[in-house]
Amino acid sequence: MRLSADHIDWTVHGHRLLDGVSLAVEPGETFGLIGPNGSGKTTLLRVLAGLRKPKRGRVLIDDHPMYAMPQRDIARTIAFVEQQAETLDRIVVREAVALGRTPFLTALQPWSEHDDAIVSRALHDVGMAHLAERLWHTLSGGERQRVHIARALAQQPRILLLDEPTNHLDIRHQLSILQLVRQLPVTVVIALHDLNQAMGCDRIGVMDGGRLVDLGEPEQVLSAERLYRTFGVQVDFLVDPADRRPVMRFRNAL
Amino acid sequence: MSLTLASNPPLRLHWHWAWLTPLVLFMAVMAGTSIGETSIPMDTIFKVLANQLWGAGYAVDRIDAGIVWNYRLSRAILAGCCGAGLALAGVVLQALLRNPLADPFLMGISAGASTGAVAVTIAGLGAGAVTLSLGAFAGAGLAFGLVVLLAHAAGSGTGGGRGTQAAGAIILAGIAGSQLFNALTAFIIARSASAEQARGIMFWLMGNLSGVRWDDVRLGLPAAFAGLLVCLWHRRALDAFTFGADSAASLGIPVRRVRGMLIASMALVTAVMVSMVGAIGFVGLVIPHAMRFIVGSRHTRLVPASALAGAVFLIGADIISRIIVPGQVLPIGVVTALVGAPAFAVILIRGSRVR
Repeated sequence: MRLSADHIDWTVHGHRLLDGVSLAVEPGETFGLIGPNGSGKTTLLRVLAGLRKPKRGRVLIDDHPMYAMPQRDIARTIAFVEQQAETLDRIVVREAVALGRTPFLTALQPWSEHDDAIVSRALHDVGMAHLAERLWHTLSGGERQRVHIARALAQQPRILLLDEPTNHLDIRHQLSILQLVRQLPVTVVIALHDLNQAMGCDRIGVMDGGRLVDLGEPEQVLSAERLYRTFGVQVDFLVDPADRRPVMRFRNAL
Repeated sequence: MSLTLASNPPLRLHWHWAWLTPLVLFMAVMAGTSIGETSIPMDTIFKVLANQLWGAGYAVDRIDAGIVWNYRLSRAILAGCCGAGLALAGVVLQALLRNPLADPFLMGISAGASTGAVAVTIAGLGAGAVTLSLGAFAGAGLAFGLVVLLAHAAGSGTGGGRGTQAAGAIILAGIAGSQLFNALTAFIIARSASAEQARGIMFWLMGNLSGVRWDDVRLGLPAAFAGLLVCLWHRRALDAFTFGADSAASLGIPVRRVRGMLIASMALVTAVMVSMVGAIGFVGLVIPHAMRFIVGSRHTRLVPASALAGAVFLIGADIISRIIVPGQVLPIGVVTALVGAPAFAVILIRGSRVR
């Protein structure tokens, strides 16, 4: 499904966190969001997920304006993995992932074998199947992150929004999650800090000071000049001998 | 029920122990009817019940019949309703506000009810036309309304309204509202109450079931059942708040509407209970926590378990309040805390050992 934002503004206490952001993510595309701390990546994702109503502008799913859709219909289409979401409840991993089925169940419709299968599949996809009966508070940060991703997968979304999902993950799980996300036949918007990982996206948007300052394919967007202007770093491009793809190495700007 | 229940995969409601519910409730009510200053044998109780329900015409002592039907049975049933209602309100508020200290009186309801009660009984508001219950109910409603307004103003000020800030705003507004109404209560008592009145109102504030009649049951029973149905209907929404309000929204819960509706309906249930029997503490705070240790924190199980446990607990507390000091009835709030605190300590310690 196509997800688009049309001139979105968002202000809190007079601070403009999003300033006229417009973008369109095409069906099946993996769209990377990069930008320095406080540039508005998280805020933009929250608006796209329907958690915040923009002060101006609108979000469209295909051609339907999001504000006119019931929350449940949005949740059947879009899943959102927040940066941090914690609980004090004594729940096991499987119960946390089962929450992803919430938009598909009603008060009278019982939990079914079908839901069980979806939950098991999602646990397997993030490599957490062997920890399904573990209590939440005994998990490490990276394991919790993978459970959140599994919960989002259990929603069987057509659009998946991820806010820095590779934080806290060891390198093996970073790679496997990114590979999983790219392989999913869904539209993905993913905020990333690791610019080399952002290289793997189909397209990248660069946020700076609440504005979308650049948009395009990774090779075009991630130029030395752009990185200097937005992140204030110098970059050298090396070539990976394995696949001849560029690798970035960063230095403090002089 | 054993503590090992929590280790089952708790996604589905296990109906195979559900048949125990009416049995346990019936036994608790029977115990509440039988035990007291004068002990009444079970066969007498059954005869009275048969006489009253389908005119069986057994010969029963008229005083016994009066005690059973007019006094103890209604009292035990209402105690059960109050316990269930307060426990449910605790479950809902703790789940929605993500705060383990949330209880049914968080929204200023008990403080408002006591202000309403003293305004009627001591300050003489309504000139005798208003009953204590009505005054308490009006006070509770007023306090709740004020807290909601305050929370709304504070919540929208922080820009969120929907997210975690809103839960914080509700809790702080509740504290502010409760303090205000507690101060009003103290002011009225200090200004115009005699020592005798002060003692009476003190007794009422800690919970008093002695004036309960069938009229109260006719109000309390539907309130408790309505509360139970509302909670069961929204059990998945309550689960969805596990990781906070934003997470619930991304799972398709219209957070503002569902949270507002659930809090308002639980406030109504609490206000109905409090206006009849006073502010019985401890049940709404501790029963939900105790049940989480036993049946887990998924609301498909937690809601019915808490309602049942709250009902049985309060019936039991009422029995104890009548017999622990011979010739004197203790405020039930004293008993709930005296019995409940050690019981909860045991559950806490055993619960931490399970895993």
